[in-house]
Amino acid sequence: MAVAAIKAYDFPPADSMDKFHGAQLLYIGWEDHLMFCAPFAFAFPPTMRFGDVVDGVLPGSFGYHPDFARIDWTKAEWFKSGKPFAPDFDKSLADNGLGHKDVIRFRTPGLTGIEGSCS
Amino acid sequence: MSTVFIALQTNEETRQVIEAIVQDNPDAVVNEQPAMVKIDAQDRLVIRRETIEELIGRPFDLQELQVNLITMTGNLDQTDDEMVLYWNA
Amino acid sequence: MDMQVAKKKLGLKERYAVMTRGLDWTPSYQKMEDIYPYVAYEGIKIHDWDKWEDPFRLTMDAYWKYQAEKERKLYAIIDAFNQNNGHLNVTDARYINAVKLFISGISPLEYVAHRGFAHAGRAFPGPGPRVACLMQSIDEIRHAQTQVHSISNYNKYYNGMHDFHHAHDRVWFLSVPKSFFDDALTAGPFEFMVAIGFSFEYVLTNLLFVPFVSGAAYNGDMGTMTFGFSAQSDEARHMTLGLEVIKFILEQDPANVPIVQRWIDKWTWRGYRVLTLVAMMMDYMLPKRTMSWKEAWEIYFEENGGALFKDLARYGITMPKCAGQIALEKDHLSHQAWSTFYNYAAAANFHTWMPDDDEMKWLASKYPDSFDKLYRPRYRFWREQAAKGNRFYSKTLPMLCQVCQIPMVFTEPGEPTKTCYREVDYRDDKYHFCSDHCKKIFEDEPEKYTQAWLPVHQIYQGNCFPEGTDPTVEGFDPLAEVLKFYNLEHGRDNLDFEISEDRKNFAEWRGQATRNI
Repeated sequence: MAVAAIKAYDFPPADSMDKFHGAQLLYIGWEDHLMFCAPFAFAFPPTMRFGDVVDGVLPGSFGYHPDFARIDWTKAEWFKSGKPFAPDFDKSLADNGLGHKDVIRFRTPGLTGIEGSCS
Repeated sequence: MSTVFIALQTNEETRQVIEAIVQDNPDAVVNEQPAMVKIDAQDRLVIRRETIEELIGRPFDLQELQVNLITMTGNLDQTDDEMVLYWNA
Repeated sequence: MDMQVAKKKLGLKERYAVMTRGLDWTPSYQKMEDIYPYVAYEGIKIHDWDKWEDPFRLTMDAYWKYQAEKERKLYAIIDAFNQNNGHLNVTDARYINAVKLFISGISPLEYVAHRGFAHAGRAFPGPGPRVACLMQSIDEIRHAQTQVHSISNYNKYYNGMHDFHHAHDRVWFLSVPKSFFDDALTAGPFEFMVAIGFSFEYVLTNLLFVPFVSGAAYNGDMGTMTFGFSAQSDEARHMTLGLEVIKFILEQDPANVPIVQRWIDKWTWRGYRVLTLVAMMMDYMLPKRTMSWKEAWEIYFEENGGALFKDLARYGITMPKCAGQIALEKDHLSHQAWSTFYNYAAAANFHTWMPDDDEMKWLASKYPDSFDKLYRPRYRFWREQAAKGNRFYSKTLPMLCQVCQIPMVFTEPGEPTKTCYREVDYRDDKYHFCSDHCKKIFEDEPEKYTQAWLPVHQIYQGNCFPEGTDPTVEGFDPLAEVLKFYNLEHGRDNLDFEISEDRKNFAEWRGQATRNI
């Protein structure tokens, strides 16, 4: 279906990658920890090392949660668009196949939030 | 059966209007809430000009209700003499 | 001698006919399609505009008379409220945050509704709907003005309301109500009528104006109660217009039914998502509660909407598909919303707080299936941390839904511990949604929603800093610059209620009002 319009209706999208000054958007969510109300949105250069996101960025965003310090990253399960995903921490975002506006989430087995409430 | 309702502000002008509605719709249920009164009826609710006039002792134009009306539901039919709310189902 | 014969007044029906259809004429030197260029392109077929009639049969002369009466009443009460320092009689200063949300999130919509109905009225060839739209357009600007007047008294004493319209066009969460109305306003006149006149006014505004405004009265806010009920008295007419328009369109041509059904599905969902703000106002921001969001939803949507859609079934219209998901969300909506604003209290123009023990007890009693299990542990943790001086403020921007623009805070239907993710590839990009319903709305008109002004993405593009800001300088603080762009003062307009100037001032002023010091 298309928009009902009185003439040709064609406009550029508001969030194409060229508008982000060399960065691309990446969304990251932590399963079973809804104290963080929504997944986070980040703008990273595609050349950024995946491990640098985990070590350098995630603590600032998720570190408030007491479970965060208990994460064993070797056991974390990753998903990209809901499907299992095995990121290589030493490779860049681009080399891990992550493009503009991709969404990834991680599950940390055994950690289920405040008093097990998934908060 | 479906509920129709009308809600009016609680004040001196509506006190007798509500009385009139209750008189004309014996099965209606009056719910008093903070600052407002909600009147529920099954399928049909009628508001009659004459009943209101008898109670307030002066001529009344049903459109005056607009001033104190909060909300209502159902199909509406308004004439000089009555205002009817109803569901068809 | 002349006989004095009392002139017989016209009855309501005749008066209405004379004052609406009687004032219309058929143009002779311009073509109808040139005068009404927007009436055909949405695919709605109208054969006889005269079949439309306002069941209130309100004519312009009567309209002015009753509106003037409403204004006189309203301003008498507002004057009394202000002269009497009414702001100090509200239950406690937390309540005022609901007023802040109202003036920055809802009053600007009244103004846009004024424009929308003026436009829709102009577009319709039929005099009946045109007059009704004219009245509604004037009502809506009246609502915007009376709300600004009433709330301006609060603005003299409390923070966060000083530049509400500027905020409405910029602040991240205000893009939710703003984009909702922009979406309706940029649709054709028929869709606008179904969106705002029917889905919003008829199906949903009772939830905003009735239990919430009654709640304002319960909390001692005579100002809000007065403008709220004064606005709502017009609303009854708007709802009637919305219902009549739907019935009229459906009766005109069977081909209109599927188009209208799609619009009802779309706009009930869009409107419901906007009401997320109201859910949290009712359950968290009224210190004295009248009814829970869930109870209000059951009365005004499930019961009343159920009756409405049963009535419309004879046209082939069914209950919007989203009703099933909404029923599953009613135990969670207000808690998820309040948590969101607790997360992002540093970037909002009002304060948030944690409910006290009594309030938690009330929440648990109203939400027995969800509160103690899912939300109480979270709140307890936040409260303990705040007591230790470690109040939670999320400083990373959230991912937003492309359609409703709300952060992706909603959970899978029936699985309240799993965030709901949906996505679509369209042309060169990915788009993300909070729900199947927002996704469906996008898929129906992707060209429209790819243009969405999503605050988070706009911040990352560098469009939400004051002019001349250089985000590449050493020590650049994006949140500080975004707040400047919003014209909000850090530490004054935002953060937790407990440490706010509002709380301190209210306590001090109320003390002065009740004691001789």
